[in-house]
Amino acid sequence: MTKKLSRGVAVVGVGMSKFGAFPEKHSRDLFVEAYQELKQSVQNGFDPKEIEAFYMGNFSSDHFENQAHLAPIVASWVGLSPVASMRIEDACASGGVALRQAVLAIASGQCDVVLVGGLEKMTDLSAARVTDALALAADTMFEVPAGFTFPGFYASMATAYLDQYHADPDALLKVGIKNHENGALNEKAQFGQRISDVMASKKAKAAQKGLPIPEWADEMAFMKDPKANPMIAWPLRLFDCSPVSDGAAAVLLVSEELAQKYTDHPIYIIGAGQASDGALAERDSLSSVPSAAHAAAQAYEMAGLTPDDIDFAEVHDCFTIAEVMATEDLGFFPRGEGWKAAMAGETARDGKHPVNTSGGLKAKGHPVGASGVAQVVEMWKQLNGLAGGRQLTPRPTVGLTHNVGGTGQTCVVHIFERRS
Amino acid sequence: MAECNLESKAFYNAIHQDVLIGSRCKDCGHVSIPQRLICRVCHSDQAEQIEFSGFGTLATFTVIYVPPTEMVEAGYNAKNPYCVGIVALEEGPRISAQIVGLDLADPGKIKIGMPVRKTVVERGPEDKRKKVLAFEPA
Repeated sequence: MTKKLSRGVAVVGVGMSKFGAFPEKHSRDLFVEAYQELKQSVQNGFDPKEIEAFYMGNFSSDHFENQAHLAPIVASWVGLSPVASMRIEDACASGGVALRQAVLAIASGQCDVVLVGGLEKMTDLSAARVTDALALAADTMFEVPAGFTFPGFYASMATAYLDQYHADPDALLKVGIKNHENGALNEKAQFGQRISDVMASKKAKAAQKGLPIPEWADEMAFMKDPKANPMIAWPLRLFDCSPVSDGAAAVLLVSEELAQKYTDHPIYIIGAGQASDGALAERDSLSSVPSAAHAAAQAYEMAGLTPDDIDFAEVHDCFTIAEVMATEDLGFFPRGEGWKAAMAGETARDGKHPVNTSGGLKAKGHPVGASGVAQVVEMWKQLNGLAGGRQLTPRPTVGLTHNVGGTGQTCVVHIFERRS
Repeated sequence: MAECNLESKAFYNAIHQDVLIGSRCKDCGHVSIPQRLICRVCHSDQAEQIEFSGFGTLATFTVIYVPPTEMVEAGYNAKNPYCVGIVALEEGPRISAQIVGLDLADPGKIKIGMPVRKTVVERGPEDKRKKVLAFEPA
């Protein structure tokens, strides 16, 4: 039996902080920045007293900021106490799961107006400590002792994928180039640089220091240069990996019947799905993310749509291979064809299935708890024609978000639609 | 044969005795590593402990140049990387482990499907040495 929401849910405003490294800021400050932007984006405004619950995605303020029980603090910082406030932790899917819990709270009739947040402040720790903290999202008893890191897990999936489909590894580099292309058009992105901009800045730096100026024939040559783009976990290089980031995002959800009170251009959540899985080693497939396919199937069924109805998607490209697998798990391309589509530019803004117009996690940044919520910000911008230089034309009608926790132990998918 | 114990820590107790254990569902025959009481295929809670031969094939792998703290302490770094992978045991299930005894100069030469066998590596400071499962070319 098709599972439908008991009543409709709409997004009436969004906001996000700049993503990047902000040594002077605490996560709560980043959330205040996101919340301030959210207030501006709600066309007819709202009274904070109308908010009945606050669902906040955050992976590990415990390790990153030595702070547990963060949600009530953040709620207080934006003046929401005594509203029910809770932190949702499902690794990198924390934000997407917080969104889903908020959707269910409204659909159930218990709440009419809910604030969804996502935040993470990662850059205070050394790279090794960040790697250790992120590894806690894997099975620390049976995966981490093997020596796995998160780049290592996805690299192993890449090895399996490339072997199974005899795929060209250049496809992964193409994903990185494309997402940097898009990120350069997003003023909130951590890396607002095309790969060609990165190349120019490296040349300029070498010249400034009086060092030999590096030469690359093109972007692909740069991406294959082990000095410019060193190996992190074979076959994944630095530019295959999303960065360590600070950032926050906020979304205001209301019941469908209230949406027009807040704005003339709400976007509606018409599909939602979530699934789980065990450790990577125990899955039947090492070259896909089964939980993503399960979550997507639920969301498509609820929405009554097929993958071809999706005009654009924000997918969880924590690593370039993750984007390739996502485009197959979500049904945009058949199994084993995602890499060819990436090579052919089919996921670019002018392609058949635009993916990660925001720059994705790769270029926009990946403050883990914020990422699933920041994806909704891009839905809002593209569906409402507010995406500036990266705006899709014609303006899309339906978009999809795909947010993965760990190596796919969690995946949550939402489908959004505009009706005006 | 190690004492029958389907709880998670028994796995490492067995590794310390150089034995690789798992479980088999008495109802559907599904084999798991690490061992677990409840079968993820048929949901039966009737499981028995089994011992693996320790032989298998490499299902996938990576070579890690930016290690986590524990592996940095074990002496690994960008110039001295290590291989980690997933091994398909000949009895069926797969497990994550470090893969030792390989030439890592060109990871492209390591082949998925290559035969491997169980070994054990020791890590950690002198007073807190621990044994960890690993595999090497068979």
